[in-house]
Amino acid sequence: MAGKPTLHYFNARGRMESIRWLLAAAGVEFEEKFIDTPDDLVKLRNDGSLMFQQVPMVEIDGMKLVQSRAILSYVAAKYNLYGKDIKERALIDMYTEGIADLNEMILLLPISPPDQKDAKITLIKDRTVNRYFPAFEKVLKSHGQDYLVGNTLSRADIQLVELLYSVEELDPSLLANFPLLKALKTRISNLPTVKKFLQPGSQRKPPGDEKSVEKARKIFKF
Amino acid sequence: MAGKPKLHYFNMRGRMESIRWLLAAAGEEFEEKFIDTPDDLKKLKKDGCLMFQQVPMVEIDGMKLVQSRAILNYIAAKYNLYGKDIKERALIDMYIEGVADLNEMIMLLPGCPRDQKDAKITQIKEKTTNRYFPAFEKVLKSHGQDYLVGNTLSRADIQLVELLYSVEELDSSLLANFPLLKALKTMISNLPTVKKFLQPGSQRKPPLDEKAIEEARKVWKF
Repeated sequence: MAGKPTLHYFNARGRMESIRWLLAAAGVEFEEKFIDTPDDLVKLRNDGSLMFQQVPMVEIDGMKLVQSRAILSYVAAKYNLYGKDIKERALIDMYTEGIADLNEMILLLPISPPDQKDAKITLIKDRTVNRYFPAFEKVLKSHGQDYLVGNTLSRADIQLVELLYSVEELDPSLLANFPLLKALKTRISNLPTVKKFLQPGSQRKPPGDEKSVEKARKIFKF
Repeated sequence: MAGKPKLHYFNMRGRMESIRWLLAAAGEEFEEKFIDTPDDLKKLKKDGCLMFQQVPMVEIDGMKLVQSRAILNYIAAKYNLYGKDIKERALIDMYIEGVADLNEMIMLLPGCPRDQKDAKITQIKEKTTNRYFPAFEKVLKSHGQDYLVGNTLSRADIQLVELLYSVEELDSSLLANFPLLKALKTMISNLPTVKKFLQPGSQRKPPLDEKAIEEARKVWKF
């Protein structure tokens, strides 16, 4: 298990950001090799490094892992952020998949057709305050504990807080009526590893802008 | 852990079919409660059974699990179809996520606007023969073993073979140049539990035809 993990991706959040968050929260140092040009991606493909010709790809513990869920699950299990048994893992999975659904909508916003964008934003805000935030607030209220599952920090807490920051960037008022989510956000943000990741100069990536989306379009041809 | 798992979904494949395959392959009997009308779905939502107001939902071992990946992960782990350690699980996850990506395209085909359908089918066939099938054929070739991971039956084999059947329904010629995939399909199909599931009268659901889609459109107004 020599060396730090190496992350292969575009210099943007995209589908790699959750992996960056999780590694950082787990206190794992990692390297990044950015795909800046179409040729960079061609080279990775020609080298046979990408099982399905796609990134994210993470070199870790002698494996070249693709598929963000596979990577996240491995990292979570390795660093004991995946619950203590299969029932806890089921809850964690259920929560993180809900998070992924909302995150996917936010992730794809920059590439939605301009005439659909406002409708998409309205939908995201509606789902956030009527479906997802109430569901997670309910979980925290039901057991009154500091963490979502098993009274222990897990990937669910980290991935939810990552989402809370993304939603805040979209519209900070959305979190207003969810005191337990706000408390979780504060608590997780104050963990030493997370605090460090949230500071300028870390490997956390900024939200995408028009320019970076255009660049991605050229490389990934979408 | 009393009673059989109970599956809540529409009487169709959709996002529940992989769960039916996995339970069946594991030899686990299950019950199904079909959502036939909008009122059925309303009732489930009102009863607080659906964490994110969505199905699939499976009642199993005292939990009401939603999110198909959470359900599949739980079943796979419970029935030892998830590898022997976290590295095997990483490979399995990588493979099934690729399977899920292709399956998603096929699953969404019936809901595709008529004028886009041919282009989508072409894209699916191209991805099948140029990306996904070669990737899995390569895995089997690389170790020469009967199963994808760890020389042992896992969810990866079952979910891949499920996909092979779906692809065959779309176009039976696509499997032609992949002898190891064909062999895997035959072998898995001959496992007693899978063989039973593949026979008429099982809980396996048929592919959607035009008539069923029209019916669904009327009931669900889309």
